[in-house]
Amino acid sequence: MELSLFPRDLFAELDRLQRQVQRAFEFSPSIRGFARGGFPALNVASTPQSVEIYAFAPGLEPKSIDVQLERGVLSIAGERKPALPGEPERATVHVNERFAGRFHRVITLSDDLDPNEVRAAYREGVLHVSIKRLESAQPRRINVN
Amino acid sequence: MSEQTAASRGVDQTAIEQPALLPPVDVVEDDSGITLYADLPGVPKDRLNLQADGETLIIDGEMALEMPKDLEATHVEVNLPRYRRVFSLSKELDPGKLSAELKQGVLKLRIQKAERAKPRRIEVAG
Repeated sequence: MELSLFPRDLFAELDRLQRQVQRAFEFSPSIRGFARGGFPALNVASTPQSVEIYAFAPGLEPKSIDVQLERGVLSIAGERKPALPGEPERATVHVNERFAGRFHRVITLSDDLDPNEVRAAYREGVLHVSIKRLESAQPRRINVN
Repeated sequence: MSEQTAASRGVDQTAIEQPALLPPVDVVEDDSGITLYADLPGVPKDRLNLQADGETLIIDGEMALEMPKDLEATHVEVNLPRYRRVFSLSKELDPGKLSAELKQGVLKLRIQKAERAKPRRIEVAG
């Protein structure tokens, strides 16, 4: 058997394998907080009448969120203040995973939206933007005579 | 306070555990205790479940989002409506002295240290 300072250890290999498998199956947030896309995480859904955007942006002042819609492109910007103490006055930071700082996310939506029919609400840390589709773009039942 | 993996959890596992997101947290310790901040966007107070016994702290929350009818997802980054994270508490923390507030999707949880565990200045005679 070959002698070495760092011999291959079967148990260590198994441990490494287990960790890799675990990582592959866990819904763990990435270094930017969520699996992809950055802060805030966005979910977009549509109905025949509207497009619904959910931005998961906890801990903000509702008035400080800048939401803009221009030609089917929605932009969400703002700043999240850090919760951690600035000066390490006898305080130890053990874990620091939450996002802090300025953010700006842009998402392209469909082009059949009505810029005059936008509602935005911020509740429990989720910004919900609802945009109606243009009347002319909505499905219509055509009567057959 | 340290985090536990699913395999080494000392809590009762008989209840079927639903898949959940791991919420990002900040943990800060000072002389009198530990403060934990967790991002739980979409979770109202009545759907947040905090459990602390002598050894474990469990944060479990379910989202309640306002959703119109006939909704069809077109872009998904948050793929589960639930958060869960388990921490093991060290002995010097007193789970009886725990306070929590949930504000705009951020949970702020404070656990005091037991009196005997607080640092004391030791005078050196001589």
